[in-house]
Amino acid sequence: MTAATPAPPMIRMEGVDKFFGDLHVLKDINIEVPAGQVVVVLGPSGSGKSTLCRAINRLEPINQGVIEVDGKPLPAEGKALAGLRADVGMVFQQFNLFAHKTIADNVALAPVKVRKMNKGEARQHAMGLLERVGITDQAEKYPAQLSGGQQQRAAIARALAMKPKVMLFDEPTSALDPEMVQEVLDVMTNLAKEGMTMLVVTHEMGFARRAANRVVFMSDGEIVEDSTPDVFFTAPKSDRAKDFLGKILTH
Amino acid sequence: MFDLIEKYNVLDAFWLTIKLTFYAAILSLIWGTILAGMRVSPVPAMRAFGTLYVNLFRNTPLTLILVATSIVLKNTLGVTMFADEQSQDFFAILDFRLAILGLTAYTATFVCESIRSGINTVPVGQAEAARALGLSFAQVLRIIVLPQAFRSVVGPLASVLIALTKNTTVATAIGVAEAAGILRAMIEFESDRIMVVFLIFALGFVILTLPTGLILGQVAKKVAVKR
Repeated sequence: MTAATPAPPMIRMEGVDKFFGDLHVLKDINIEVPAGQVVVVLGPSGSGKSTLCRAINRLEPINQGVIEVDGKPLPAEGKALAGLRADVGMVFQQFNLFAHKTIADNVALAPVKVRKMNKGEARQHAMGLLERVGITDQAEKYPAQLSGGQQQRAAIARALAMKPKVMLFDEPTSALDPEMVQEVLDVMTNLAKEGMTMLVVTHEMGFARRAANRVVFMSDGEIVEDSTPDVFFTAPKSDRAKDFLGKILTH
Repeated sequence: MFDLIEKYNVLDAFWLTIKLTFYAAILSLIWGTILAGMRVSPVPAMRAFGTLYVNLFRNTPLTLILVATSIVLKNTLGVTMFADEQSQDFFAILDFRLAILGLTAYTATFVCESIRSGINTVPVGQAEAARALGLSFAQVLRIIVLPQAFRSVVGPLASVLIALTKNTTVATAIGVAEAAGILRAMIEFESDRIMVVFLIFALGFVILTLPTGLILGQVAKKVAVKR
């Protein structure tokens, strides 16, 4: 093997601090996510894990520290930031599909408007992605006509349409009815198998065990543990992680 | 009744009312949308301008604005609004255009505030998702937020347009011979049939404004965004 200069991590956060008023929501966060890795961020609500996820594409600006995506520091608001966001896919808890556009248009919109892809090509690409997430037959419907699970799969297709280098998932299954969680997790698991770099904020322990390369546990705005799923679930080191796992795994 | 309508060219006068309304409506929708865009823009100077403009023009009586276009723009500054000075209708055309300008400057503030309240009905997540895909602020506003905002304020915009239709009567103040101008003449010369005169104009305006309300009411239902 050749000892080339190592590729920069896909995501790097160094000394990141974030406040909401007096509330210190991210405390000196340091984390690196190498390309191809699937990182699951766990933690109780209010631990700052969603904020961490949203800070990576600057939906939440940070107060201090450095965030780099693919070796480049996050630019300030403007054209350069839009360019970076185009390379970072994001999936939200509330799906946030564009309510006035059909599913196919939702998926094809950004490639046309941001990547300047021609409409026919974008549409074809969109249909391919909808097939990949299993909702081709919903292409001409509006988001409100779909079930939550279908909407979230469409939202994943919309993010993938930009051919992102990394995908951020901000509690993608938390707003879903229980019977729809699995269909979304299946899409995510396939994505992970295909080698997509992913940072997933979730409460789905099954997904963390099955698909994650690494588990990051957050509590009170700090990263408390950073280990493999096996180690984290069987032998957590910190009391806070033990307490958290005790609450969710026993019932 | 019909002899009066014919004698005073009431139909011509109402046609002028329609033209005033039409042009002022189009222009104030455009200008109002731009103002709304300014008021939600991330650029502080634009926000400040939008706020200042809306508060100034919305709180000034329309009569004052129209008279100001006539006295300040026409008489003092000699603005010609691209009207042909050689034309014998020069002053009629100029006054007509000044009236449209004044009506637009005023009505746009109400359009702006309606649209801004519409923007507030669009969930934040819509704009966040668009930004996360790499769309610029202008694209987010134009492609995602405004189309949804418009759909939720068709009803309020209909009210603004109806108010505009009736506000065109103020243009009489600067000599535009629209409906209210004729009304004044008829009150003076047909005082024995005053009830008929009033009835003609009340009916005339109802005929103009009722369809606006009905049609836009239907449109509002049809384009409503389902969430």
